[in-house]
Amino acid sequence: MSSARSKVLTVIVVLASIALAIPHTSSFIILLMTRALAFSILVMSLDLLLGFTGLASLGQAAYLGIGAYLTAILAARYQIGMGYDFWIVVALGMIGGALLAAVFGLLALRATGVYFLMITLALGQCVWGLAYRWNSLTGGDNGINLQHRPKFGIDLANEVTFFYFVFALFGVSLAIMYTLVRSPFGRSLVGIRESELRMKVLGYNTWLHKYLAFIIAGAFGGLSGVLWAETAGIVSPENVVLTTSVDALLMAVLGGAGTLVGGVIGAGVVLLIREYLSTLVHWWQYVLGGVYVLVILYLPGGLMSIPQRLRQSRSLRKQSVNTDKLVSATH
Amino acid sequence: MTGNLVRRASPMLAGAGFVLAALLTQAAAQEDLRIGIIAPMTGPFAQVGTDKTNGFKMYLDQTNSTFAGAKVTPIIEDSQGKPDTAVTKARKLILEDHVQLLVGGVLAPEGYALAPVSTAEKTVYIASVPAADDLTQRQLGSYPYFIRSSWTSSQPNHPLGQWACDQGYKKIAVVAADYAFGYESVGGFQKAFEDCGGKIIQKMWPPLGAKDFGPYIPQIKPDADAVYSLMVGPMPLQFPKQLRDSGYTKAIIGGGTSYDESVLPFMGDEVIGDVSSLQYSAGLDTPQNAAFVKSFRAKYGKVPSYFSESNYTTAMMIDMVMKDSGGKFPGPEVFIAKMQALKVDAPRGPVSFDDMRNPIQDIYIKKVEKTTMFGYDKPELWNVVIKTYPAVSQFWTYGKDKFLQQPVYSRDFPPCKYCE
Repeated sequence: MSSARSKVLTVIVVLASIALAIPHTSSFIILLMTRALAFSILVMSLDLLLGFTGLASLGQAAYLGIGAYLTAILAARYQIGMGYDFWIVVALGMIGGALLAAVFGLLALRATGVYFLMITLALGQCVWGLAYRWNSLTGGDNGINLQHRPKFGIDLANEVTFFYFVFALFGVSLAIMYTLVRSPFGRSLVGIRESELRMKVLGYNTWLHKYLAFIIAGAFGGLSGVLWAETAGIVSPENVVLTTSVDALLMAVLGGAGTLVGGVIGAGVVLLIREYLSTLVHWWQYVLGGVYVLVILYLPGGLMSIPQRLRQSRSLRKQSVNTDKLVSATH
Repeated sequence: MTGNLVRRASPMLAGAGFVLAALLTQAAAQEDLRIGIIAPMTGPFAQVGTDKTNGFKMYLDQTNSTFAGAKVTPIIEDSQGKPDTAVTKARKLILEDHVQLLVGGVLAPEGYALAPVSTAEKTVYIASVPAADDLTQRQLGSYPYFIRSSWTSSQPNHPLGQWACDQGYKKIAVVAADYAFGYESVGGFQKAFEDCGGKIIQKMWPPLGAKDFGPYIPQIKPDADAVYSLMVGPMPLQFPKQLRDSGYTKAIIGGGTSYDESVLPFMGDEVIGDVSSLQYSAGLDTPQNAAFVKSFRAKYGKVPSYFSESNYTTAMMIDMVMKDSGGKFPGPEVFIAKMQALKVDAPRGPVSFDDMRNPIQDIYIKKVEKTTMFGYDKPELWNVVIKTYPAVSQFWTYGKDKFLQQPVYSRDFPPCKYCE
């Protein structure tokens, strides 16, 4: 069994066991895990840029915002998305995210490195500004309430059903993105991350590759937004503030950039600390800060690199035992 | 080998972790009255959140956490100032902790976010701070389990507009925080002021949380007789200071949060003489308020703000309903009806409710003065009450039907007819 296949298998087993275990926990845990899964689609979409293409974007919340506001506006104003037409909303959310990314990409991809970061940040803030100021459409800082979750054959108002629904969409997103990064297209993205110049010399249109990755990430960001809007039932400018983008970035790094599935671990850990631990203790912020600092200091590869780290340290130990033997043998 | 073991065991470990978490959360038992309090305890509004929960806690301490024989358990949850976190925490309080009452939220968006939860979960929600007008106006119909113990944003600003007009101010420039609470406060002030013959000649909207008003102050029209300011959070600490430093000598008036006691103790003497309006002032000279201020200050080392008073009074209201129900929670429908029928003698003065479940209460026009009050020996800044408008409703003198016909106050309503 190749190591890649065993890794995939492990991920599937872990995810499946979580899916089976969650409904037997409390309703609050179910709600939190649903939120973590919905948000982790955004984190994975960012990982596509950060971990595979080498583009650190600080404006990913914009796509979540598009999806979320689209869902809320369609539901609250036009009653669209309350039944089977929810799938239209899902599609529109993804298209909206992709279109926005197509526009933003034209501007942002002219730059690299920290300048790319600054431009995406500025563009993300534009979306926030619109959400905050376009009162007649977005309700300003009061936001928009979604009265009910959609019902189509299954009733998403049921927390367990909704959890499985989000879980399914999360699984599909993960599978698509995983296939994508393993495809020749994905390989060339990694090539761009490692050395864009070399890829250019080899004859790749690197700009187009990055542009496509940016649009795909935008589409999944939109999907994440549609689901995120339904988890809390309220969409407000708070969803598109800079900290949401920063959260996504930190979660991606925390889980392990360039691993995709690390996104769900990052999102899970952060949301559990922020929304679960904060119900137990009031010093949860120190824990969150501590986790960030410790992971970045001691696990630069994120939480997903723990198994690899363990393996490394074991083989190191074996090596040192071997050298000890060697040393004693020569004496 | 160990690697395989770890890999095989990890799903089980994860499962065990979740089961453990579930057991922990279900361990709490039912009690007589469980009250979920949602407040921002971290982030920029943490001070306000603390003021608020302290007010509630003080009433519980005074009554030994027993309302008419019922043991009261408050559970405080941090909303982090985010509407969607407030919703998540509210669900937790209702589903896990089985609270019968939700109290709280601070920001208007939190109020808008929590009201639908109360409807969906059939749980009473008492908004003890969020002042968004429409919750008890055009949208009340959607929220049968919602009641407000505080105020609407425009409620104290209608009388202030009238008062400013009575002072002979003809033209006023407005500088207000750029969000719904700002629009609604300014809207109320403008409506009453212009109905009486005044003119709002300028409106400027610095962003929420602005700390430098340098770009706005030079633009203030020199022919304005006074400036109306509506500041929140850390903003009021800067605005009057910068405005006076620029050499401005005319009157500054403002909405309640521009000078309320959550910021007043941290202000300098430059605010002396500034006027604002609210349903509460720590400087309200009544025996009941004197007792409230003294015990609050002795306990928390700080003069109570309206956030504290509002939540103290909310606890008192819950206590009164429980007494009326013989110490047993009467169910959400009856609770709302009984609370709406209360006549409360609060530190802020007499409070009753209108048929839209918003308080009818005295509105105080307050002037900042440096003086000694309640026997404290050091002269300090106090919001001294200079005029009382008794029993003001959220509809001012317009009448409910006529008032509800107009749209909710916004950035563009009332339109700025006299702005150039």
